[in-house]
Amino acid sequence: MDEKPLYDGSFSVVGGNFDNAGEVSSSIKTILKKIGLPSDIIRKAALVAYESEINIVSYARKGMIRLRVSPECIMIEAIDEGQGIPDIDLAMQPGWSTANQKIREMGFGAGMGLCNIKSFSDIFNISSEVGKGTHLKMIIKTNSNSLQ
Amino acid sequence: MDLESIVKALNLKVRSGEDKLKSEVRGGYTGDLLSDVMANSKEGDIWITRQVHQNIVAVASLKEHAGIVLVQDSEPAKDTLEKAIKEGIPILVSDLSGFEVTARIYNLIKKTD
Repeated sequence: MDEKPLYDGSFSVVGGNFDNAGEVSSSIKTILKKIGLPSDIIRKAALVAYESEINIVSYARKGMIRLRVSPECIMIEAIDEGQGIPDIDLAMQPGWSTANQKIREMGFGAGMGLCNIKSFSDIFNISSEVGKGTHLKMIIKTNSNSLQ
Repeated sequence: MDLESIVKALNLKVRSGEDKLKSEVRGGYTGDLLSDVMANSKEGDIWITRQVHQNIVAVASLKEHAGIVLVQDSEPAKDTLEKAIKEGIPILVSDLSGFEVTARIYNLIKKTD
């Protein structure tokens, strides 16, 4: 990622605001379409961005999603200020969730978000500090020869 | 098969996206868990759900679904409808259960395969 990126920008996400949830992901998808990436790559990135956005809305006070696109890959980072995750291994287990009833009633909080992010990314990193926040970093390769 | 044929066959009430009824339905997905729908539904699917809040529009838009069918005569929330009109996502309402809607649409699509 040494050369000038095709795109590099950040979007802020407000915790607790479900009304606009998905708008950042929608903007990211539009940007990737404009760049002209293949649709299967865009689908992966849109899912990764959406689940990251919903996690910030559901569990953090605020956060931001950074999108960086190079000729080889898409990097999506989700950095939030919030409660953090005490046990990452547990949080990564399919079906495990701390979501409250309100979140679950909307069809979120099924304990699938982080698993989906991981399975739709080529590289997935998560770090978290209780009481401070969580940092996700995902890379999706845009061509099969890169990042091997 | 286009959306309009499904609307007619199941007598669906069209709440938004009237101008998108000619779009092709390639398949379908039934579910109320948004992460499940995000991960497993496909572009061109018709999405069958009981969720009526506005986040369904974001999901359908991101996944490029052909439309959303709300089951059990569930009406979209006001802000859901406003968002769907703005984004051009067809929302259709059926008085049938999710089970019946899914079965009928499945059979319609299978017939045209």
